[in-house]
Amino acid sequence: MFRISVQAERFDIAHEHARLSGLAPRVGAVVVFTGQVRDEPLMLDHYPAMAERQIAARLADARARWPLLGATVIHRFGPLDVGEGIVLVGTASAHRAAAFEGATFLMDWLKTSAPFWKKGASGWVEAKASDDAAAARWIATEGED
Amino acid sequence: MAVALLYFAWVREQVGTDREEIPLEAPLPLRALVEALRARSPGHGRALADLSRLRAAVNQEFAGWDAPVRPGDEVAIFPPVTGG
Repeated sequence: MFRISVQAERFDIAHEHARLSGLAPRVGAVVVFTGQVRDEPLMLDHYPAMAERQIAARLADARARWPLLGATVIHRFGPLDVGEGIVLVGTASAHRAAAFEGATFLMDWLKTSAPFWKKGASGWVEAKASDDAAAARWIATEGED
Repeated sequence: MAVALLYFAWVREQVGTDREEIPLEAPLPLRALVEALRARSPGHGRALADLSRLRAAVNQEFAGWDAPVRPGDEVAIFPPVTGG
């Protein structure tokens, strides 16, 4: 139902969508987001054990907040060409709001808490304040749930 | 006892290794550990000079500079993450 993979290999979007779609008769909404390399090839460094652990923790947070019937988080590492998928976040739920929001939440947190580092032709990519802000909004709204 | 140190991204490149062990007999705040590491080589000194450019994890959880490091811990030092 809930799948995490930190891998060097490419992923298959159609396959991941089909897995979520076929999880249960109650699945009425599937969201699959993919992030891909733009502009120039990248090398992704990562901290394997912590990556798995952080993604698992974020997935547990998402499951506590939304009625997800399944989810998939795949993050790649190593050399990646322009246009190749870096990350896939998929969610399945009965209705679209939980699927959309759960996927956005997971993606926002992956940006700020999954230990991956991108290096391009001109050096290491700098972290963006806008990513911190995107993740922080999920904390700001916690009291309203 | 010892502490395992892991370095990532440009911290790894400047330090010149991805992993090393240093002896540690008693708990020490992370900040003091990093300050002590600066003396190990010019690369360590350069990479670890500015804590505001660095983040750290103790036993694979993000940790602040005041967090204690204990003998046997795994400490990772790296730039802010840029995955996703």
